[in-house]
Amino acid sequence: MIVVTGARVLTTEGWKEWDVSIDDGVVAELGHSIPQPADAIHVDGSGMVLGPGFVDLHTHLREPGQVWKEDMVSATTGAARGGFTAVMAMPNTLPPTDSGDSVRWLRRRAIEAAVVDVGISGALSRGRSGELMSHLDEMYDEGVRMFTDDGDALMDGGLLRRIMIYLSDRPDAVIAQHAEDPVIAAGGHTHEGRRSQTLGFVGLPSSAEVTVIARDLALAAEVGTHYHVQHISAAASVGLVRQAKGAGVKVTAEVTPHHLQLCEDDLVDLDTNMKMYPPLRSRADREALVEGLRDGTVDAVATDHAPHADSEKDVPFEDAPRGVIGLETAFPATLAALDGDLDILFDRMSVRPAQIGGFAGHGRPLEKGSAANLVLVDPSAEWVAEGFASRSNNSPFLGQELNGKVVATIVDGGLIYGDAS
Amino acid sequence: MSLFDISQLSQSEIIAILDRADEMKKSPVGASYSGKAIVPMFFEPSTRTRVSFDLAASKLGAAVVSFDHRNSSSAKGETLRDTARTVGAMDPDLLIVRHEKAGAPEAVARWSGTPVVNAGDGRRAHPTQTLADLLTIRDHFGGFAGLRVGMVGDIVNSRVARGLLYCLPHLGASLVAVGPATFTPQEGIWDTDVSTDLDSVLGELDIVYLLRVQKERGGGLGYPSDGEFHKRFGLNDSRADQLKPGCVVMHPGPMNRGVEISDSLADGERSLIPSQVAAGVPIRMAVMARILDGAS
Repeated sequence: MIVVTGARVLTTEGWKEWDVSIDDGVVAELGHSIPQPADAIHVDGSGMVLGPGFVDLHTHLREPGQVWKEDMVSATTGAARGGFTAVMAMPNTLPPTDSGDSVRWLRRRAIEAAVVDVGISGALSRGRSGELMSHLDEMYDEGVRMFTDDGDALMDGGLLRRIMIYLSDRPDAVIAQHAEDPVIAAGGHTHEGRRSQTLGFVGLPSSAEVTVIARDLALAAEVGTHYHVQHISAAASVGLVRQAKGAGVKVTAEVTPHHLQLCEDDLVDLDTNMKMYPPLRSRADREALVEGLRDGTVDAVATDHAPHADSEKDVPFEDAPRGVIGLETAFPATLAALDGDLDILFDRMSVRPAQIGGFAGHGRPLEKGSAANLVLVDPSAEWVAEGFASRSNNSPFLGQELNGKVVATIVDGGLIYGDAS
Repeated sequence: MSLFDISQLSQSEIIAILDRADEMKKSPVGASYSGKAIVPMFFEPSTRTRVSFDLAASKLGAAVVSFDHRNSSSAKGETLRDTARTVGAMDPDLLIVRHEKAGAPEAVARWSGTPVVNAGDGRRAHPTQTLADLLTIRDHFGGFAGLRVGMVGDIVNSRVARGLLYCLPHLGASLVAVGPATFTPQEGIWDTDVSTDLDSVLGELDIVYLLRVQKERGGGLGYPSDGEFHKRFGLNDSRADQLKPGCVVMHPGPMNRGVEISDSLADGERSLIPSQVAAGVPIRMAVMARILDGAS
């Protein structure tokens, strides 16, 4: 049994200053003066906040195939440190997850080695080639609910439309899109704007994203299958999603902590840890993303945790692989972007992503008998972002002082991160 | 102290380099820098810049150790980092780096632990070319204040244009960037006017600075054909009639004759192009001497 005392707790009845006991994988008791057996693990939550664990809809575990960047153990250990109780594995591995066999392999690895729950997403197209349907039924039967060619957009609108129609009889299936037209993107390295022009980098215009989302929303409106925008980055994209939601289209969207917290102005030198796709856009874009997250147009914060080894990032900016890690810094970055609003934070980092990804037992405010996948955070603790559990260090926040720290993470009733007193 | 980009230098540092280059033109420095070893590392083709750096180094009395990337271990798959570390381990005094990727000179300086002069990285910077152009302009006009400069052609893909766009307004000149909209910078990023109509601005210019289309950097995708480019933006005899007396023509080379410039202008009396090439040698002497002085 674990007993957490003294924390503010997000419950089905709202915020409460209650003690909470956890036993047998569920919340056993909540309230004042609950039983505290002598052999219970005691966690002092004074001045802290206890809520449902965070759920990441966008994690690159790098397994199978690129374990020098990250692996099942390092990724999920980092997730636990970041307060995540569940992560969605992206399918752009080597080989990609695009069949029943590949899902079964990954699930076996997760059972063996993961310390948090691992959801598995599958590719839309076979081999992520963008040409033929992947083995959608095999994967669906193995429990896959999110499908994406993430890393690349599925640019063949005919294929995307056929997949939407094919999955339209399964209301829990989600088609997620890395919205970026590679022809418009034209090999760009940073957002096309002031910084790309002064630094002399090939620019990547917002329209590379906006045009894909506009097209896909038209398809989703026609077909009705749930469409999810991954790592939304441009103000115009937020506007399109808002409009589509208003028109009743079944659409959701996610935004990364780094797009909420940083913009092209932060690209002051040639730090390759500031290189990711979509790129950091303008200050106005960043503000529109925060506003979209606040008003619910953007449903979820998702890390797009993309580890790359030090040696891969230590190259000239234009040669650097795109992507940054995010699991271990997501909470403080989002907290800062939301000016400390914990209601919105738990909704967008836990409740809604759990619904979108179909993570049963996650993302529920606490009540007696609810699954014990929980996070304890100290919103005022300061710490320096370094010494990551990830095998990689490519964080845009590396070395920075951050405000807000994950203190303990509980998965399936077990304390997997944090100290007991 | 390396030189990566002209924006590192203050206005007074720029003037000091121009002054030192002037001195070096007047009086040879002899073998003041004998015993110094300079390694040019060119990962992109170059004629004038490479020869100019080699000549400048030899006029300083320094040894130039040549490095041809096509015959080096980088052609055998060695990473830029390992190449830089290998060269750095031999303890040269200065590296001259040209690379197609923006930011490569900084990385080479970091990995090698050796000062670097950027001899052109991608679309980003080519500071010694910028300084040579500034020296040419100052020699001819006596200064920069009040000059009206038209940059014409493929501006967004040009590292040479970027340096002048940054510098000239600080030095008191005013700029207009002229070209098809695919080649001109967005409004408000640089302190420059922007125009797509060359004929409407020609008459106001003291300097027409022509740029070739950077086909190797994607510039070739931004216009329909060389013929159409020449018709709208090429400097030829009929356009030359609109230039005011005293207006000069500059070009950083290499030139595509018949596209952005016709023979008669390239070789005519308005052309400062040979002076630009000549100015490169004392400028590179001054830049390298400045770094070697600081390092010793």
